[in-house]
Amino acid sequence: MAQWLIKNGHLIDPANGLDDVLDIRIANGKVAAVGKSLSAEASDEVIDASGLVVSPGFIDIHCHLREPGQEAKEDLLTGTASAAAGGFTTILTMANTRPVIDQAIIVAGMKHKIQTDAVVRVEITGAVTKGLEGKELSEIGDMAQAGARAFSDDGYYVNDGRLMRAALEYASMFNLPVISHSEDCCLVADGVMHEGCVSAKLGLKGRPAEAENIAVSREIMLAEMTGGHVHIAHVSSKGAVDLIREAKAKGIKVTAEVTPHHLCLVDKTIESFDSAFKVNPPLRTNEHIVALIEGLKDGTLDAIATDHAPHAYEEKDCEFNEAPCGFAGFETAFSVLHSCLVQTGQWNLQALIHKMTAGPAAAFDWKDRGHLSVGGLADLVLIDPKKEWIVDPHAMLTRGKSCPFTGMEMVGQVVRTMVDGKWVYQDGKIIRN
Amino acid sequence: MRGQHILGLEHMSVADIERVLNTADEMKKVTKQDIKKLSTLRGKAIVNVFFENSTRTRSSFELAGKYLGADVINIAASTSSVAKGESLRDTLLTVQAMGVDAIVMRHSAEGAAQYATRYVKAVVINAGDGAHEHPTQGLLDLLTIRQHHGSIAGKKVAIVGDILHSRVARSNIWGLLKMGAEVHLGGPKTLIPKEMLDMGVTIHHRVEDAIADADVVNVLRIQLERQKKGLFPTPREYARIFGINDERLKLAKENVLVMHPGPMNRGLEISPDVAYGRFSAIEEQVNNGVAVRMAVLSLTLADGVQA
Ligand SMILES: [Zn+2]
Repeated sequence: MAQWLIKNGHLIDPANGLDDVLDIRIANGKVAAVGKSLSAEASDEVIDASGLVVSPGFIDIHCHLREPGQEAKEDLLTGTASAAAGGFTTILTMANTRPVIDQAIIVAGMKHKIQTDAVVRVEITGAVTKGLEGKELSEIGDMAQAGARAFSDDGYYVNDGRLMRAALEYASMFNLPVISHSEDCCLVADGVMHEGCVSAKLGLKGRPAEAENIAVSREIMLAEMTGGHVHIAHVSSKGAVDLIREAKAKGIKVTAEVTPHHLCLVDKTIESFDSAFKVNPPLRTNEHIVALIEGLKDGTLDAIATDHAPHAYEEKDCEFNEAPCGFAGFETAFSVLHSCLVQTGQWNLQALIHKMTAGPAAAFDWKDRGHLSVGGLADLVLIDPKKEWIVDPHAMLTRGKSCPFTGMEMVGQVVRTMVDGKWVYQDGKIIRN
Repeated sequence: MRGQHILGLEHMSVADIERVLNTADEMKKVTKQDIKKLSTLRGKAIVNVFFENSTRTRSSFELAGKYLGADVINIAASTSSVAKGESLRDTLLTVQAMGVDAIVMRHSAEGAAQYATRYVKAVVINAGDGAHEHPTQGLLDLLTIRQHHGSIAGKKVAIVGDILHSRVARSNIWGLLKMGAEVHLGGPKTLIPKEMLDMGVTIHHRVEDAIADADVVNVLRIQLERQKKGLFPTPREYARIFGINDERLKLAKENVLVMHPGPMNRGLEISPDVAYGRFSAIEEQVNNGVAVRMAVLSLTLADGVQA
């Protein structure tokens, strides 16, 4: 196995409190040493990382790989290639596949396919209810034993409070989180965008932020009642941030994530009726963005997750009302946040990396991930923080070619990704080992 | 305005609105003539693609095109073709392949006309896209007000009813505000988004306040399925609290103009005495509809050149 000595990089490892020009040696798939001016061993291949940032591999706790069943949109090969290109070394895929991942045998089948097809670590979410139908609990324990790492009906809110209570109680026996897609279905009705001035003007049906707030508030109460761990997916509203902050202060076991698009895009973009901006929950307004950034800064929001949700371009190319929600997110995530928040001085690079590494790892208690401790897994990325590029979905590795950031100028990009001590992505190309 | 798409009044300039209204005044004379045929659009092909039924708007566009000498065909692209798997894009590509000069389009999806401009090289005229805009209706309402009151600036216009779901309301709001009118919305809270304040209107939930001293009362159609969705309790209650009747109309100015885009629910949003009363411009609106559509077609397809 190759040994690597990555020299002179700006190493940012928030879990270990490191933020300095340091060398790092990788041997036997593990971090062998971190320090100033490490001398090269005979078998080391030396990489000069001057001017680059060295970070633990990013962890995405919310994505959709579309396999099994919708491979035309994405599969494990293209999905994990796209993840690697975005700097993600661990991703958690959601259960809304066809069939739905709601039984141990499907979890096992996925794990098997992951071994052959995936270039990054893929963890699996099982469904909370059979078929995501919100009616009967799926075999949570069986799936946990088969290796599922979380449970979620993502895409839908578990409308039945009694079922959600049972899911939290049940999953807590296996120390696993239940991820909530929090939106009150009745209040959302057939809305297609954020309810506000823009929806009023366009005549498009609105989804009020209150639908999210109400749903989040139920989840918090159920987490308190059951002692279970609820994780709120893609927080997009100011009200939800406030509720989660309060709940955390009370010691309730709630964690939360926010996406790059909810941090960087507003509903006004929909004035063009471009379905690339259609996502669930919807893009909101600047007032909400300010609250989300505040929530990241004060720790209310634990992690940044992409909600990578690729669709074939053809499918998104239709009337706004008819278009499916979501878009590919792996390959733009870091660059978008770096360009929109770090370059503009609203946030710093260390904190951004924290929310993409140690933050998600801590939220789900994945102790072996999200850091570059000596003896730990060699999952890392090299980032060129000055690299300028323009988003072109056709140049991306994902099959999801609809992207709301198309044409935007970016500063900063992941240039190399290592998983388990092996380079899997370098200079625009995937390396399959 | 030649080659310009007509997608909505939000982005139409005051100068263009005036150009349309002035041309429509001329066209209206043509519609009153014995021989109505002009040759302005001779050799031009216009296709009406209506994904939603509307005899009124469709025939108004059809007549307008024919009076101008164009060849007009209608495609009734009902939702059943969508059910057959034919997408809006497929229909547009078919229309595009036929090489028409203008496509007049009605669709239930907001933004559908704008979407059409991606695929169609022809001039796209929005004949209503969901709850978004219905620009020619907005223009014909402006024309009707201008003809009746001499000007639009400074007038108080009340728009009453289901504003939330109304493309007519939105086109009216943009057009009226641009032309300097004061716009007052009236109706139940459930049917007027409060965020519309941002557009520059005043909102009233006592319909009496909306129509007090109004120069124009534009009554919108109430769709009965809104009641089933819980947006108001019963048609009876709506008529009693929000309906425009003779009694209420006395609150408006003496020479008030009553408009309705049709089709009406008589006895619900408007009482028969008002609908057929001496203040009603409802028939005039239909006539102006043809004139405005002639103006829009001739300006976008032929610089408004006269015969
Ligand atoms: Zn979701």
